[in-house]
Amino acid sequence: MTASPNIPLLEARDLVVNFYTRGGVVQASRGVSFQVDYGQTLGIVGESGSGKSVAVQAVMGLIFTPGHIEGGDILFKGRSLLDPAGRKFVRQVRGKEIAMIFQDPMTSLNPVFTIGTQITEVLRHHMGMTKDQARHRAMELLDMVDINAPEKRLKQYPHEMSGGMRQRVMIAMALACEPQLIIADEPTTALDVTIQAQILELLADLQQRLNVSVILITHDLGVVAQLCHRVAVMYAGRIVEVGDADQVFASPVHPYTKGLIRATPRLDVVTERMVSIDGVPPDLISPPKGCAFFPRCDQAKKACSRMQALIELGDDRHVSCWCAAKENGR
Amino acid sequence: MTQPRTDTLEQALAQNRFEWWDSLQELGRELKRDKPGLIGVILITSLVLMAVFAPYIAPHDPAAQDLTARLAPPVWYDKGTWNHILGTDHLGRDVLSRTIHGARVSLWVGAAVVLCAGGFGVVMGLMAGYLGGRTDAFIMRWIDTQVAFPGLLLALIILAVIGPSLTTVVVVLSLNGWMVYGRMTRSAVLSIRQSPYVEAAEVVGCRWPRILFRHILPNLTSPLLTLAILEFARIVLAEAALSFLGLGIQPPATSWGLDVAMGKNYMFMAWWLVTIPGCAIAVTVLAINLVASWLRLISDPQEREKQYARHMAGVMRKKLHAVLEKEKTPEAP
Amino acid sequence: MGRFIYRRLVHGLIVILGVTVIVFVVTRMVGDPVQVMLPLESTPEQRAAFEQKLGLDRPIHIQFVEFMGNLVRLDFGESLWQKRPAMDIVFEKLPMTILLTAVGIGFACVMAIPLGIIAALRPGGWVDRVTVFGSLLGLSVPQFWLGLLFIVVFAVQFKILPTSGTGTPSHILLPALTMGLPTLARLVMLVRSSMIDELNRQYVKTSFAKGLPFLRVVGLHALRNAGLPIMTLVGWEVIRSLAGYSVVVETVFAWPGIGLTAIQAIEREDLILIQAIVFTAAVCVVLINIAMDFLYKLIDPRLKLT
Repeated sequence: MTASPNIPLLEARDLVVNFYTRGGVVQASRGVSFQVDYGQTLGIVGESGSGKSVAVQAVMGLIFTPGHIEGGDILFKGRSLLDPAGRKFVRQVRGKEIAMIFQDPMTSLNPVFTIGTQITEVLRHHMGMTKDQARHRAMELLDMVDINAPEKRLKQYPHEMSGGMRQRVMIAMALACEPQLIIADEPTTALDVTIQAQILELLADLQQRLNVSVILITHDLGVVAQLCHRVAVMYAGRIVEVGDADQVFASPVHPYTKGLIRATPRLDVVTERMVSIDGVPPDLISPPKGCAFFPRCDQAKKACSRMQALIELGDDRHVSCWCAAKENGR
Repeated sequence: MTQPRTDTLEQALAQNRFEWWDSLQELGRELKRDKPGLIGVILITSLVLMAVFAPYIAPHDPAAQDLTARLAPPVWYDKGTWNHILGTDHLGRDVLSRTIHGARVSLWVGAAVVLCAGGFGVVMGLMAGYLGGRTDAFIMRWIDTQVAFPGLLLALIILAVIGPSLTTVVVVLSLNGWMVYGRMTRSAVLSIRQSPYVEAAEVVGCRWPRILFRHILPNLTSPLLTLAILEFARIVLAEAALSFLGLGIQPPATSWGLDVAMGKNYMFMAWWLVTIPGCAIAVTVLAINLVASWLRLISDPQEREKQYARHMAGVMRKKLHAVLEKEKTPEAP
Repeated sequence: MGRFIYRRLVHGLIVILGVTVIVFVVTRMVGDPVQVMLPLESTPEQRAAFEQKLGLDRPIHIQFVEFMGNLVRLDFGESLWQKRPAMDIVFEKLPMTILLTAVGIGFACVMAIPLGIIAALRPGGWVDRVTVFGSLLGLSVPQFWLGLLFIVVFAVQFKILPTSGTGTPSHILLPALTMGLPTLARLVMLVRSSMIDELNRQYVKTSFAKGLPFLRVVGLHALRNAGLPIMTLVGWEVIRSLAGYSVVVETVFAWPGIGLTAIQAIEREDLILIQAIVFTAAVCVVLINIAMDFLYKLIDPRLKLT
């Protein structure tokens, strides 16, 4: 890893996000904290509804009605992104130093504008380029993401392209202003498996070449293992385990992480039945006190249902489980 | 062995009856929650009752002339009397009675046109959607062509030629207005027809009447109802306009549009002759629109969620505003 | 492209033909122009002579062929009422209706689009609630009544505007307002709901994530996508007005457009003028429909002209 300053590139502290619906208040994010350092890739895994998308949407300022950021803070290079007084800073950062790639490239691109327009507008807004400069740079970007015939592509509309190509365009748009952090929210979920592999390879390649930090959100553990330095496991709006990816996969501590890894089908081991985790995630309108995984946990103790734990297991390894304390003899 | 089956069948029937009642109660609850819709329903019900019982409610015969009391102002003026609460027109006819009876015409025309145009349009739409092929192409082309006709002009011409009356107005408005039902029904049928469960029903061997009545029609009722109500409002306005132009309801029958037309000549000295029938039209159409909005809201859960979100956004913004204001002003010592 | 134009023109021709045939049939078979035009005490010989002049003594199909022949040359004959070529009258009055439509609907668009956008952006706010309530009211009020109310209030009560006729810009104010208000109500509801829908779409989130300015995302990205249904409605309103719905406003304000002329022609049973007006209205409708299709393609590149 390259030498990095003491402060992390991006840090979320105790982020609380609520959504107000007719059925009640959905507590999508209940105190989420994570950080990403320069040149690092953080993977955030969890099932649908675990709050992983919400956390990064808060970073990008994409929490709209009926959602509301109730508490916590997000710091980019040490400065708060949620401070109402720092709006100018946020406007500079968003799209330029932090960029985001979304899950479904078909709906994420504006269908009535050419992709050339959609790429160049970022360049012209953030970097003040002229039309020609922006076009030139746009073609460079398309080349960087392995799209052929860039000149022709610039004039095309999203519906004239394939899914994989659209996602490459999204990546090109994200890279336009040479960001320091890219947030990829399930970038491959909407694509065919073969295209998935290509896109992931592209992301890995870009990450190495350009030394961008990446937050990769996915429900696929294999992707995380392939690409990420660190991983954070989310469940029911909270992070239950975070640490170095290799370490977490090799020796998971939290029962949920263990369950996820156990449930992942393997090619080298022959099993007759697939393993799953019993039960369902809790309703986030009235989340339980204490550990949310309690009803599904096979190592649950009485204390788990009453209080949430946060144990530090050494350098950059946190687990939200009392069992960890036991295992470490604390 | 047959005995238990009868019991369960009776139980099942009894349960069905309760389901009806339950859904009605649910509807009532929904109504209480949505104030505009409630106002609309109350207004419409009052109007319908007023129209039905018009002869008993109206203080005078709407056609009775009394030239001694011409152009009498409403009761709150000096010259007004309680005999004619809303005044009289240029022939001494009581405005209140005419307004009450006018409701009959408007509601009757509205209902008749919706039934005729709707009936014809739905049948056409069902045929086009279900039979497909050349029937579909023919019907759609017919609809496309007729939609492009200058409808009002043709209506005026036909009315002028065959003579305007209640019946002819209904006929002409129906001829002009069935296409929207046809299009909507056809698109609904097409989308439902392609759904897997209808395909399954066809494969299993259901005959088309059963598929139609059991699968397709129930899904149509909700959007069709909303459309019918909106059309009803449009027809009330259309009939009023036709009567205003002199090609709708003819005297001595009463119609709100007709009254406005007649009152127009005395507009500057007897403003109530124009205002009161016009208000009646506006209130009626407003009530219908409120009910239509409410129906659209309850039949689409996404819409309700959106409405709630908007309401909450307003509330949250106000709260945020209040908090920020508080932070600006210093605390009182 | 060529195929598209061909199909639309054919469809348009069918429409115009259909309309004209209907009017032809209705006026000739059901009405009796001779009776209308000649004074009651005319002799049978006079009637016969008149019939021959109008060509009404010949069999109906011959009349029709003759009629179609003249139609192509835009020759409807002389108006029975004004004794001059019917199409001349139409060409005189049509611009007035077009002017009224343009001002009225233009006003509606200029007001509705910003209002609708603001209402969509500030959900639950006062603009939102006033807009919804106002639209509901605007949709419920009969247009003729609105016009009369305006006359009473502005022309009589406050005496600031003329009651009817044409000539000065102030003459067009009230009629255009009356024409535009129901359109405004419908349009603002549509703009509001379309913008609400578009603002919830994923590409808007992407645009915000790209850091683009708010105005650009809403006014360009979202609005362009919402443009299709909005444009459809505006086109429909224009068509309605030219297809005869301007009758009401023109009658109330004595505005000399084709709507008022149509009513007058109908009152006087001037079949020739009626035919000319209906034909013109149908042509206008067809032309505007075709223009709309082209505009759609401009706005939304996904559409294929078939």
